[in-house]
Amino acid sequence: MNLVIFIFIVLLGFTSYYFGRKKAYSIQATNTRLTALPQFYGYYLAIWCAIPAFIIYSLWAIFEPSIVKLIILSDYSNQGYLDDELNLIYEKTKSLSRGQFSGEITPYLETSAEKYLNLRSIAQNSKVVLILAIIIASIVYGYKRISSNNRTREPVEKFLNAVLFTASLAAILTTIGIVFSLIFQTIDFFKVIPLFDFIFGTHWYPAKAFVRDASEPLDPSMYSDTFGAVPIFAGTFFIALIAMCVAIPIGLMSGIYLAEYASTKVRQYAKPLIEILAGIPTVVYGFFAALTVGPFLKDIGTAMGLEVSAESALAAGGVMGIMIIPFISSLSDDVITSVPQGLRDGSYAMGATKSETIKKVIFPAALPGIVGSILLGVSRAVGETMIVVMASGLAANLTFNPLESTSTITAQIVVILIGDQAFGDPKTQAAFALGMTLFLVTLSLNIFALRVVKKYREKYE
Amino acid sequence: MIKINSKNVDVFYGKKQALFNINLDIEENQVTALIGPSGCGKSTFLRCLNRMNDVIDICRVKGQIIINDFDINDKSCDVVRLREKIGMVFQKPNPFPKTIYENISYGPTIHGMAQSKNEMDEIVETSLKKAALWEEVKDRLHEPGTGLSGGQQQRLCIARAISVKPEVILMDEPCSALDPIATAQIEELIDELKKDHTIIIVTHSMAQAARVSQNTGFFHLGELIEHGSTDKIFKNPENKRTQDYITGRFG
Repeated sequence: MNLVIFIFIVLLGFTSYYFGRKKAYSIQATNTRLTALPQFYGYYLAIWCAIPAFIIYSLWAIFEPSIVKLIILSDYSNQGYLDDELNLIYEKTKSLSRGQFSGEITPYLETSAEKYLNLRSIAQNSKVVLILAIIIASIVYGYKRISSNNRTREPVEKFLNAVLFTASLAAILTTIGIVFSLIFQTIDFFKVIPLFDFIFGTHWYPAKAFVRDASEPLDPSMYSDTFGAVPIFAGTFFIALIAMCVAIPIGLMSGIYLAEYASTKVRQYAKPLIEILAGIPTVVYGFFAALTVGPFLKDIGTAMGLEVSAESALAAGGVMGIMIIPFISSLSDDVITSVPQGLRDGSYAMGATKSETIKKVIFPAALPGIVGSILLGVSRAVGETMIVVMASGLAANLTFNPLESTSTITAQIVVILIGDQAFGDPKTQAAFALGMTLFLVTLSLNIFALRVVKKYREKYE
Repeated sequence: MIKINSKNVDVFYGKKQALFNINLDIEENQVTALIGPSGCGKSTFLRCLNRMNDVIDICRVKGQIIINDFDINDKSCDVVRLREKIGMVFQKPNPFPKTIYENISYGPTIHGMAQSKNEMDEIVETSLKKAALWEEVKDRLHEPGTGLSGGQQQRLCIARAISVKPEVILMDEPCSALDPIATAQIEELIDELKKDHTIIIVTHSMAQAARVSQNTGFFHLGELIEHGSTDKIFKNPENKRTQDYITGRFG
């Protein structure tokens, strides 16, 4: 039913566009100059038709359930029920009215259910009538307002402006919402686990928190030495470091090759091929690292007499680096290509060779963009999850040996949130604390990147 | 004395021929102006003289260009040495995104011309003095060259070109992005520079050609229509097309 109303409003909107435009054309036909193009009159009428109806429609959808609930429960007032019990009665009424109730049916409940169905159908009918009335009224009003000297362009433009503003507001509000949910859960977490233990503790063993019986009261002392995040912070940065050691040189050099050395033909094929790397799902990289690279490194290591874990930081970091190559190569290629040809010519005309020109003129000029692409790569590396989960293990060892397994913030969030969750449990909240940390790190990386770029831009432009 | 001698020079961009059989001699220590309507090939010819056309993939050059008894289109020619001898100033000032000092020291550094910091300081100072820029920038040598005004930037580019003591300086419409005052300064500078250098300037301004040059070549549709002393070209041209162009009837 609701869908029908919705489609009806939309169809009417389209129709009124044509009528609005038609009226404008007929005014134009009498040799009167309009203040806007005819289609603006069409949009104007369509907006008048649809918007008031949608506003009423949404207000109705918001308020109807609570009003119905109030009316139903008014029968039960003065009978000494608690709020919780009243809510239960209401839920029972609703399920009975749908014929899905399986408990004991009291006469009271039956009356309520009938009343509920009755109310719903009254509400539905009056909604349709009201919306129809509103649409007719607003179309008539809008249609009457269409005349040669009535301004329609400004309201239509303002409406578009409002639509676009709402769209961007949605994105911003979502971000703010996510940040707030992180903040509150994180604060709850730090009420149980001291901040100091979290930041400086060297033992990360959240599995210990599984042991707690949920019915027992919370005892902070049992969590001591459980949520020390140093090993996973270290693991995160260590793996990101390995990844960047692979990605920066290869990405940068292939970017320089593509931009400066490759012929048009080579570039035409090589660039899309490199960008295919960016299209591979990270989970595929993950099992590539876990099943191909990891065992391969282990075999080589064993042959050389080294002890290599099958799930090593080196395998995860290396594959992660390969994943990041296309970001750095493609972005730095773009930045280098956008360095003005005049600078190249100037340098060549001084008798500089290609490599001198790149090293001394083009690279410095492109540096802000290159730094930006590298920092983008770093935040990818820090936030990458799948590869680490699959290839570097879940045990949070505090180690800087690339041949051993280690774990990262993202992988630990996965470990914590797999399976059943208890809300309000420090173990679950730990995921929020980790997420908050990750968010802060990425945020400061981005701010830092912006500052670097700005600083060099001041220097070079 | 003839400095540059070009014989039967043809230039192709892909399949399109841009220059047809150019034979032009350039006098030493004089200013030669190349004039002609847009797209006539005068800049293309200028870029042949220091092989800047190499940078363009699809460009092919035929014929001989002889500088100091040596054909620069020959396989044995080292482009790096050639461009050290033949400097270039471009239409749009293109200082490097470096300090003023580094802009000048760039050429001497890559050609290993200075053994010590003092020598380099001296090269920078003489180059800037010769380009009449020293007084304006001597207190801010370590500020970015891109922070200068357009006219100053162009003089910086000229200073950069003369820092490696080239025998020839090619100028590709060096004043087209500048205001009249900066243009006058550059023209004065060109007159000064011809004592030590041979100068070839491409220009759209006939007045400028008449003011600064001793010799003029007129290009049209990829051909060298007429060349000779500036006086003669401007006062008494032999070819009808030259006369039409100079009197402003086309172009």
